[in-house]
Amino acid sequence: MSEIVLEKVTKRFGRVKAVDEVSFRAETGKFVVLLGPSGCGKSTLLRLIAGLEDVSEGKILVDGRDVTRLSPDKRRVSMVFQSYALFPHLSTEENIVFGLKVRGMPGEERRKRLAKVAQVVGLAELLDRKPQQLSGGQRQRVALARAIIAENNICLMDEPLSNLDAQLRHGMRVEIRELQQRLAMTVVYVTHDQVEAMSMADRVVLIREGRIEQEGSPEELYARPATIFAARFIGTPGMNLVDLADGPRGAVVRGSQDALFAGRGEGFTLGVRPEHVWLADSGGVAGTVASSEYHGADTILTVRVGDETLFMRAPGQLVHAPGTPVRLGWKPESLHVFDTASGARAADGLQPLRRGAPAG
Amino acid sequence: MRNVYGWLLLTPAAILLIGFTHYPAVATLYDSFFSTGTVVRPSRFVGLANYAALADDPIFWQVLRNNLYFAAATIPTSIAIAMLMAIWVNDRLPARALVRMSYFTPTILPMVAVANLWLFFYTPQIGLIDKFGALFGAASHNWLGDPSTVLACLAVMTVWKEAGFFMIFYLAALQSLPPEIEEAAKIEGASRWYFFRRVTFPLLMPTTLFVLVNATINSFKLVDHLFILTKGGPDNASNLLLYYIYQVAFSFFETSYASTLTVVLLAMLAAMAIVQFLLIEKRVHYR
Repeated sequence: MSEIVLEKVTKRFGRVKAVDEVSFRAETGKFVVLLGPSGCGKSTLLRLIAGLEDVSEGKILVDGRDVTRLSPDKRRVSMVFQSYALFPHLSTEENIVFGLKVRGMPGEERRKRLAKVAQVVGLAELLDRKPQQLSGGQRQRVALARAIIAENNICLMDEPLSNLDAQLRHGMRVEIRELQQRLAMTVVYVTHDQVEAMSMADRVVLIREGRIEQEGSPEELYARPATIFAARFIGTPGMNLVDLADGPRGAVVRGSQDALFAGRGEGFTLGVRPEHVWLADSGGVAGTVASSEYHGADTILTVRVGDETLFMRAPGQLVHAPGTPVRLGWKPESLHVFDTASGARAADGLQPLRRGAPAG
Repeated sequence: MRNVYGWLLLTPAAILLIGFTHYPAVATLYDSFFSTGTVVRPSRFVGLANYAALADDPIFWQVLRNNLYFAAATIPTSIAIAMLMAIWVNDRLPARALVRMSYFTPTILPMVAVANLWLFFYTPQIGLIDKFGALFGAASHNWLGDPSTVLACLAVMTVWKEAGFFMIFYLAALQSLPPEIEEAAKIEGASRWYFFRRVTFPLLMPTTLFVLVNATINSFKLVDHLFILTKGGPDNASNLLLYYIYQVAFSFFETSYASTLTVVLLAMLAAMAIVQFLLIEKRVHYR
């Protein structure tokens, strides 16, 4: 058992609320990602769980035990820091067993655990090196080893991959996820990179300005963003978000003529992911190609529709000269409608999305 | 010919260095092998006679003992206090800037001013220490007039003056340590003392080496306070090597013997610096 529960946790710095009544549950053995732009309070939240900051209000429970006022070492959590926080004068081995030595674990048991952990993270050959003799990826492994050797089963990670180059980052992503599943650890992982969140998480907690914006599985966040913010944050390139207007036969993209669905459009924002848009032979929405950007595996087409610009992502190479008239199509269930003013997802019942298929 | 320009650029610095550093050093060494010249008896080569006289000079040995005692009393104390103060003012505490400034104030005072200040503390009967002691019924004591206390009094004053200066170096070193290291140790359950012993102290070693070399040199170099406080007395009880050299050269006008003493002092300082570097470098962590 190693479950973390937050109940209405608030953290104030002076008059600023860095974390505002956040409640969530990280179940045993789950990989929970706290996702959000920089400065949204996700790192503060992690530090509150670790005990490095004092909670202003609310409760933090680990395995049902109230740890809100406990010092960090009493919470039985491990942490991996963004900068790795290795001790520069100690060897890899000394860095890894630092915590065991603090707790006065006998040498034999220590060596046994070290051998096991070094094997797991692949550091067995590098135990006598100092941190500055290690590459970024190796340092990352030392930090991981130090976190798992305590066998706390709860590991907090604060943007652990942000100092690595893109290629290494991908490899470590896979490795951390694999390690977490093999050791059945509960991980709370902070990142601003939605790709990390999507690829690693069992559960994503999207945070904005100290509050939870949306919480759910990666699939849920992708398929049903609760707000414009969530829609914009998940997916690369981000979701098309265009203003709607009232048209003679229903809602239209502002400045365009083709009705999307019956009902009002004014005051609503339409969201559709670039990868869900295709070029239709007939029907759909009329537009003009503004530019096309070839990425190798796919092409991003920029299309002007009325007063708005939409991106469309198509596999392979797609050559269209700027100015070419095209028609864009999509499945009705790919459309998301948001209230422009509040940013919230418009209740699906109110929007007759069934008729959202562009009439032929 | 191509190098003339380079040599020209070097000349001003070279003249100053040779004129004020290298030539005097060589001349001192040279003079130490000659007798002091007077009007009636010109200087002549005497070989190691000056060194032999030095070995037989009881005052030299007393002054050397004084200086070693002075160094042993001031160096570890001022380093320990400096480290302690730096760790203390590196923490978040109210009026931190004020505390830092007050610790550093003794450094910016000239040694002569400090000596005058402490003269008021040490003066028998009307001095601060005796006034304070009198509150508890302690008898008046001539702190600077008693051979058994005078050197300790000077040591206390020197520590007071130097610790704040060394603190600045430790403070700078502490601030270059990433705060995550302390947090990582906290999560592992390391106490403050454990963290200091296993992490902070070893990481401060380069600073400690630097401070140690400086403190050692200072303990042989700083003699300004002797002019104000004791003039080396009573009965040479507070005399230090450099002050003794000054006395020999400019009070007794035995310039050759003063040269000999200077050579010995320089040799000692050089030897100490080399030993410190060789010994400690092995145990120092350089990033």
